[in-house]
Amino acid sequence: MNKDVLRVGCAAGFSGDRTDAARPVVDALIASGGPSVLIFETLAERTLALAQIARRTDPQLGYEPLLDEMLRPVLADCLAHGIRIVSNFGAANPRGAARRIAALARELNLPVPRIAVVSGDDVSGTPHRDALNDGLQGALAGREVVSANAYLGAEPIANALIAGAQIVVCGRVADPSLTVGPAIAHFGWAADDWDRLARATMAGHLLECGAQVTGGYYADPGLKDVAGLARLGYPIAEIDLNGQCVITKPPGSGGRVDEHIVKEQLLYEVHDPAAYVTPDVVADLSEAQVQQVGSDRVLLRGVRGHPRTDSLKVNVCCASGWLAEAEISYAGARAEGRARLAADIVRERLAGIGPLRIDLIGVSSVIADDAGHWLEAVPDSGATDVRLRMALRHTDRGQAERLAREMVALYTCGPAGGGGVRTSLRPTLGTLSFLMPRGLITSRFEFFDPQQEGA
Amino acid sequence: MTTLSIEPLWRAAHGRTGDKGNRSNISVIAWDPALYPLLVAQITESAVAQRFAHRRPVRVQRFLLPTLHAMNFVLDDVLDGGVNDSLNLDSHGKALSFLLLDMPLEVPDTLRIHLAGTTRSPTTTPYSQETPST
Repeated sequence: MNKDVLRVGCAAGFSGDRTDAARPVVDALIASGGPSVLIFETLAERTLALAQIARRTDPQLGYEPLLDEMLRPVLADCLAHGIRIVSNFGAANPRGAARRIAALARELNLPVPRIAVVSGDDVSGTPHRDALNDGLQGALAGREVVSANAYLGAEPIANALIAGAQIVVCGRVADPSLTVGPAIAHFGWAADDWDRLARATMAGHLLECGAQVTGGYYADPGLKDVAGLARLGYPIAEIDLNGQCVITKPPGSGGRVDEHIVKEQLLYEVHDPAAYVTPDVVADLSEAQVQQVGSDRVLLRGVRGHPRTDSLKVNVCCASGWLAEAEISYAGARAEGRARLAADIVRERLAGIGPLRIDLIGVSSVIADDAGHWLEAVPDSGATDVRLRMALRHTDRGQAERLAREMVALYTCGPAGGGGVRTSLRPTLGTLSFLMPRGLITSRFEFFDPQQEGA
Repeated sequence: MTTLSIEPLWRAAHGRTGDKGNRSNISVIAWDPALYPLLVAQITESAVAQRFAHRRPVRVQRFLLPTLHAMNFVLDDVLDGGVNDSLNLDSHGKALSFLLLDMPLEVPDTLRIHLAGTTRSPTTTPYSQETPST
């Protein structure tokens, strides 16, 4: 590899990830002495809709709720050592996140950093309403839109960094673009340098789920052992000027980086490996190779790129009704038979309400299908500690509530020995997605101005 | 003469499940390059479709990655609507790789040296009895 290396460390793979992940990553980036970037990926498909709901209740909110916990331990060192921070933790309110970061810097007696705010992803407003209706072809009819966001690419991130941003706050951008943006800014690649963009995209893809590439989500005792999962090291990609990368992790941290683990993450959430589509490029893994090049060091090579597509993916979240869940336990002789009888009773009581899922936790609870084909094929196994779970969705809250009432009534009307009833009722969000022509979406960045904001 | 034995797929390969909407992808990665041809020959689209029959897949596609000694299966409409609509506790279908990795695999004695882990008693899941189509 060439000596000119950009290091990108990733300290979060989703909203709710471990908040002590960044410290060891930042220490390793400082020790490397070279140009480096810290990213946090905190925006799963529905996280943004939840953030939008939070913003409705308080206009100051709507960004990553754990922002303070993530940044406080490392902000001073990142600024002191020139480690730039790029994240989608702006969620539904990137400007609000920027305001909070500026306030945090003041609390820590730091000079307020140059914070860039990326915008253009929100397409829920009037200007895009026609495009939304066209794209969803009527699927929206009568449904309340909670959020609608396009997946932006690396360009505004790269431009913000080139303009001198120390922190780049985004809402919805494609996860790998958090890595591609800094790589473009550092190496000066052209916007149609497809091979290099594709390689950096796959580096970003390997980073975007945090510890999933350093031994998290891999362990299977006796077959796939991983040491130190309680103190997992989060990943660092060393990207060279051709976009090729080595994945590694902070020295002394838990977990492992090996070829098998990197392969699992490379194919994670990939469909056609010859056409991994992002806003920046279409990446092609058909001839990709991974190679262990040192302890906890794996090289990815052979990735190629093809021209990006002319559209961007848009995710639309709508309120979709209510999810009701209820559980009760049976133990001892014939426990499974009593749990099955309890399910039959509730099913009869709720006849006609719609699809009702039945799980026998301890016998079958995740592999089975909602329609019950699997469970029907399983005879009573004689299990002696079984928790019955039932679930239904309904657009009407009152109907959904009936499940909890029927489950509670099993205390006196159901089989012998049932105990430990728990019920829950939650509003649910539905997601629709479609492709919107690029020309309808304008991504841009601007610097946050603390004076103007009165922050 | 080569003799064959039946082993669970997880002794020859490992994998991880990902999801997008109502579509699941499951990687199958050979523990050793020498085992890869066995996977290609036996863990076919139709064998996997059969394995997931209870979830009524609309389409099962298999993509081969010979330079990674890996395959990627893409199963359409197997998540009961996916994370938004499923009633499953595991609405992402994250556990599904373990259903696939429990498929039976015929392994010639000459390749047994490359297997991972140790053999245990046969699984008891109801869809585990089919023989793989070759």
